Amino acid sequence: MAKKVLVKGVEAIALGALEGGCECYFGYPITPQNEIPEIMAVELPKRGGVFLQAESETSAINMVLGASAVGARVMTSSSSPGISLMSEGFSYLIALELPCVVVNVMRGGPGLGGIEASQGDYFQAVKAPGHGDGRFLVLAPYSCSEAYELTARAFELADKYRNPVMILSDAILGQMKEPLALKPLNIKNYPKEDWALTGAKGRPSRVIKSLFLDSRELAERNLKLKRKYKEMEREIRYEALYTGGEKVIAVAFGSMARICKEAVLNLRKKGYEVGFFRPITLFPFPKKVLSKMADLNSEGVKFVVFELNCGQMIEDVMLSLCGKAEALSRFYPPSVLPFPEDIEKELKKCLKPSGSQKA
Amino acid sequence: MRLEVILSGFGGQGILFAGNLLALCGMHQGYQVSFLPVYGPEMRGGTCHCTVIISDKEIASPLVLEPSYLIIFNLPSFIKFMPRLKKGGLALVNSDLVKKEEIENFEELISGKRVIFLPLNTLSEEVGAPQSLNMCALGAFNGLLEIFPERIFKKALKEMLGEAKAHLFEPNLRAYKRGFEEVKKLG
Amino acid sequence: MPEAFRFPKSLKKTLFHYCPGCHHSIIHRLLCEVIDELGIREKTVGIASIGCSCFLYFYIDVDIVEAPHGRSCSAGTGIKRARPDLVVFTYQGDGDFAAIGLGDSLHAASRGENITAIMINNTVYGMTGGQVSPTTLPHQKTTTTPYGRDPKREGYPLKVAEILAGFEGVAFCARTAVNTPKRVIQAKKLLKRAFETQLEGLGFSYIEFLSACPVNWKMDPLSATRYVDKLAETFPIKVFKDRLSEGKT
Repeated sequence: MAKKVLVKGVEAIALGALEGGCECYFGYPITPQNEIPEIMAVELPKRGGVFLQAESETSAINMVLGASAVGARVMTSSSSPGISLMSEGFSYLIALELPCVVVNVMRGGPGLGGIEASQGDYFQAVKAPGHGDGRFLVLAPYSCSEAYELTARAFELADKYRNPVMILSDAILGQMKEPLALKPLNIKNYPKEDWALTGAKGRPSRVIKSLFLDSRELAERNLKLKRKYKEMEREIRYEALYTGGEKVIAVAFGSMARICKEAVLNLRKKGYEVGFFRPITLFPFPKKVLSKMADLNSEGVKFVVFELNCGQMIEDVMLSLCGKAEALSRFYPPSVLPFPEDIEKELKKCLKPSGSQKA
Repeated sequence: MRLEVILSGFGGQGILFAGNLLALCGMHQGYQVSFLPVYGPEMRGGTCHCTVIISDKEIASPLVLEPSYLIIFNLPSFIKFMPRLKKGGLALVNSDLVKKEEIENFEELISGKRVIFLPLNTLSEEVGAPQSLNMCALGAFNGLLEIFPERIFKKALKEMLGEAKAHLFEPNLRAYKRGFEEVKKLG
Repeated sequence: MPEAFRFPKSLKKTLFHYCPGCHHSIIHRLLCEVIDELGIREKTVGIASIGCSCFLYFYIDVDIVEAPHGRSCSAGTGIKRARPDLVVFTYQGDGDFAAIGLGDSLHAASRGENITAIMINNTVYGMTGGQVSPTTLPHQKTTTTPYGRDPKREGYPLKVAEILAGFEGVAFCARTAVNTPKRVIQAKKLLKRAFETQLEGLGFSYIEFLSACPVNWKMDPLSATRYVDKLAETFPIKVFKDRLSEGKT
């Protein structure tokens, strides 16, 4: 049986990274994710890996770029303001088709914000991690076990698509402790010999670049990336509590999904027709699944999106539904953390027919 | 079986250590557990609290509005969390730092709830472990509920202390036992 | 008969796109000769920075990755740490190395990263169109100092080699130029020294080339090449540090 430990979410991420075969870690300290570099600083040298604390997030992400270009399994981790600083590097990594894993343990913003849990970086993560048209494959764990598994899997997915993969977590998931079974995950390796820079021995020299002054070449590169994002749809993951008869479905990810799930389970026990939907891949977003859920209930179903921000994922839910079903936004800015009871109240309100609802 | 506990007190009273240890004991006993710390930016002296859930089913939300149990180490925590204790819930309160007569609306705060006062500082000092009032509280809490046997507590404590703090095992265990015995006297 | 000329193996057989009188092409060639002579072509990874030299990979026939503006020394750190057997060099301008990338450059040097940094100092942003840079001379006119660099307003030229020479992590530090045949020969020796320092694993090696930018200096190629001597008054041509030689004596 796998060894069971009681660990924080951020510790689970670090352990997942080691299980995923991470060889190099580069980062810069920022609360609330410092346990990740601290664990990597202890563990990587023991395994012949590389740990280096950079002088800034901008340096850290470019160290990641260098290590990835020569074929190493590499990661960085940070929290919201630090992620912003890395965004230029993100854009290059995407354009250069360099795999890496980036962890964002979100905190409250904008600006210096606070260190409370927040999901304020949803847009940044799924829409525009950097300038230009690039995307990350974004995974949102909601427990320590999932943080461990998804982080390990992120290395495989990054190599598979030659694209950065982001683990989007938050201060609650990061600081909460839960039991974690350290099971081996059998993470796949994808060969890198055909693209990594290893020295031009027995082959022509290689260039990894993103500058395309010929406009047709640049368009082609963009279209190639676009096709890749389409292929990533094979990786879509989600969790749903839905039989087709529910009238209201709570939609949430990460820590918010934990709180919502509690509320939904309580209401279902009491006989309320309430469902639950949790996207695990935030990009690509499980659009088709949501659309089908709307189709299943011919009498109309409402999707209520709960977020620890001022309303971001609601836009993806609305795009998924294409007007087929109503989508409502229930948002909680940082430091206004709702309890399951608050969510229950909101869901009950939404169960009433639209006409009887007061603004 | 499901119990939710909020432990609250000053930073430096070992609140997070105790909460963490309680969750670890629950895990070793085979339960699902969650431990959620909430603390201020200060390392020492500020107020801090944490939520521990122990359950035989999946734990969804780690946040609890109305816990079934409180372990209260100081006065500000009593004032802050008593209103949130579930009706019929139980609060274990450190009588060395929480005095009934200093609380204006005491009767109102405890109405419909069970409160057990224990002099945690005094008891832990008695066994020569003044730093271990948190363990004394855990002993008392487990004495009341008997969630796990002492064997599990020892295993978890050893794990938490690690080699670097192994010398603290004995005083912590003494405080734990003292708390455990004290509530048994209450009958 | 002794061989007088050979086309370097590491130099791609193509025409340089650089402006007439630009020194990049001379330095590229020296770099290729050094790589050939040390026999390291098959284990070298270069880093192309932002600026005119971002097209390094059109000319130099080794594995090359492009880094964002100013980040070459960080990318180089990542490469060398992940694969210490590779020989790593950056090729950066004064804007890239000493303005936007100064933090990356100084920290990599201070850590003693075992890489070679080549800095082309022509006192302006060449590709961007001749704006003021940290190394612009006092009173020098640029497109963003149209009245001349006034030290009271735009500060003084930043002397990078002088700073780096004082770092423990720096094993080789030199400033050179390629505006006379004699200096070309000397520069090649120093460039080779920088790579040898890396091959010996001694730490960060830095070589700065004072270089002409006739177009942005608004000069003809010959005047610009001569003007490099004027640069040398502010930026002395000198070997500041050479641990490899120190070790051998």
